[in-house]
Amino acid sequence: MTSPHLHDTAGLPDYRAQAPAVAERFRRLRERPVVLEVDRLGREFSGEHGMVTALREVSFSVHRREFVCVIGPSGCGKSTLIRMVAGLDHPTSGRMLLDGREVAGPGPDRGMVFQGYTLFPWLTVTQNVMFGLEMQRVDRGTAEARAREWIDLVGLGKFAKHYPAQLSGGMKQRTAIARALAANPRILLMDEPFGALDAQTRAQMQTHLMEIWRNVDVTILFITHDLDEAILLADRILVLKANPGEVQELIEVPVPRPRSLAQVTSPEFLATRRRLDELIHPPAAAHEGEPEKLPIVRLTQVGDDVE
Amino acid sequence: MPRTRWFAVRQELSIRQRRLFGLMAILLPLAAWSLVSYVPFVWHPMIEVTEPGDVTWLKSGQLVPRADFEREVARLGQAGGRVPEGERANPIYLPAPHRVAVALYTAFTTEPKLRGDLWLHESLAMSIKTIFFGFIISSAVGVPLGILCGAFASIARMTEPVVDFIRYMPAPAFGALMVAILGIHLEPKIAIIVIGTFFQQVLVVANTVRKTELSLLEAAQTLGARRKHLVLRVLVPASLPDLYNDMRILLGWAWTYLIVAEVVGVSSGITFFINQQAKYRNFENVYAAIVIIGIIGLVTDQVLAFIGERAFPWRNHRPSRLRTILGRLFAGREVTLFD
Ligand SMILES: Nc1ncnc2c1ncn2[C@@H]1O[C@H](COP(=O)(O)OP(=O)(O)OP(=O)(O)O)[C@@H](O)[C@H]1O
Ligand SMILES: [Mg+2]
Repeated sequence: MTSPHLHDTAGLPDYRAQAPAVAERFRRLRERPVVLEVDRLGREFSGEHGMVTALREVSFSVHRREFVCVIGPSGCGKSTLIRMVAGLDHPTSGRMLLDGREVAGPGPDRGMVFQGYTLFPWLTVTQNVMFGLEMQRVDRGTAEARAREWIDLVGLGKFAKHYPAQLSGGMKQRTAIARALAANPRILLMDEPFGALDAQTRAQMQTHLMEIWRNVDVTILFITHDLDEAILLADRILVLKANPGEVQELIEVPVPRPRSLAQVTSPEFLATRRRLDELIHPPAAAHEGEPEKLPIVRLTQVGDDVE
Repeated sequence: MPRTRWFAVRQELSIRQRRLFGLMAILLPLAAWSLVSYVPFVWHPMIEVTEPGDVTWLKSGQLVPRADFEREVARLGQAGGRVPEGERANPIYLPAPHRVAVALYTAFTTEPKLRGDLWLHESLAMSIKTIFFGFIISSAVGVPLGILCGAFASIARMTEPVVDFIRYMPAPAFGALMVAILGIHLEPKIAIIVIGTFFQQVLVVANTVRKTELSLLEAAQTLGARRKHLVLRVLVPASLPDLYNDMRILLGWAWTYLIVAEVVGVSSGITFFINQQAKYRNFENVYAAIVIIGIIGLVTDQVLAFIGERAFPWRNHRPSRLRTILGRLFAGREVTLFD
């Protein structure tokens, strides 16, 4: 990651300034129907010292085939938010609407890809992908054929008969994506799906996900703590702040599409990046430069220096 | 060349080391047994009389404590009669290894002494039948109930306190009751095995099912799985390999209940054989029978382990010895785990 002050020097544009094509795209995007509406969602946990508010009054909406990223400091409630949307956790206040209908509890209309893969280890790649279809009572033959298509789409055709234990992390996550998409969800929820992957595989997966999203009718809500990843993937970025978790800003990413890794150095990208840095890292620390020194005492002999 | 480490903490052994240690596991106790049996000055507290001499109460072949024998020798030495002769021997309950080895064969070929007594293989068959039915009946109810307990906290709460309570009652305590209810033949014995196995089984199965990762259930839910499928398509397959291993261990426990079960009512099966042989003081047959029980248990367990490794191909196992042997047997058409 580059440090925030590098961007300060260059005369970067305002992150809100949009090229005409980008502005036009956002206008059309806003005209699309709302798939997911999160309405003043809140979540409190009972902790040791009374109730802890993990999320407070979080509201936003996601349009059809939009790609929304959620970022925020660790512990700000990103996972809590997406788990509530998935129906795996109950909000203590507020509500969620999917296609205008209020939803509670998990369902196949909201697919999820977890950071920890969560593939069924006793099923092959094909069987994993078929799982959702079988739950929807699609007959075996059709399910298998459809699963095949999804597996080919994520480029795992050769591994269709492998078990998850025989796959690399990236392949596992592609299987998980295929499995979630095969169930034909209205929205795909992804909680730091590439967090456990190495940098190279992660970049591949990002490109791959963009490709899938372009070709498939699916809306994506994507959690990450990687700011560059958020800018690269998202139409809009929902920035949360911690204690309690609240919406800080909903940023429209001005980087034009189609996106590629080459855009990381474009002015729009850098401007957005600077804004995110401002929001995520507390201003005080950002201006002081050097992070606070750790109170470490010298434990080596004098003269035994490494730098 | 790295130094061979024999006692490294939590390190896998090489194949050679595994063989060696496996062999030692058998050879060391056998060596100890042989030492006590064949080297007279190690123990041998008795004298086997070869020539009674002028001692009236001694007979050829009789075992007498060494002190008594030596007293007689001294007495006759002074009185001037024929001094008895004998060899140092171990007590009758500790036969030498070779005699047990011979008995392992002859026990099967010796005709029963009394009419109505059973041949060894018949006794064994009866025991295996007792275990088999006991375990099957217990599992038929215990496994589904355990799975339900593992899946639903409400069922667990209703079941487990009672099961836990009964679990601590020793199964043989129900012996008299079972005889009163089920008669004196095989049924009460099977019932003892069931009682001994069932309650443990429910708890063990429930715990194994509960160990299933919650994230798998969550993933299934986001794919549209409802209650029935969460149990049958996620919990059960996810815990199947562990359940299978539980069954192996529980089957071992069932064997430990066999001997007490078989003395309930009319003594039967291998226990009857052992008691009978002990009565005739054929202790090598007693040991042979015990060894046979051990062998049956071990072989069953190994066969089950082998099947287990085949049945759950998604689990990577280290190659087992049995699989290697069978692999060689079927060389050329070896079954591949993954295609
Ligand atoms: N089951 C729970 N019980 C109590 N507190 C919880 C529970 N789950 C989450 N929290 C609290 O809610 C807050 C938000 O947690 P959450 O896991 O959503 O954060 P996050 O933004 O996903 O963090 P990270 O970036 O580290 O994944 C944390 O302070 C956490 O301690
Ligand atoms: Mg999280």
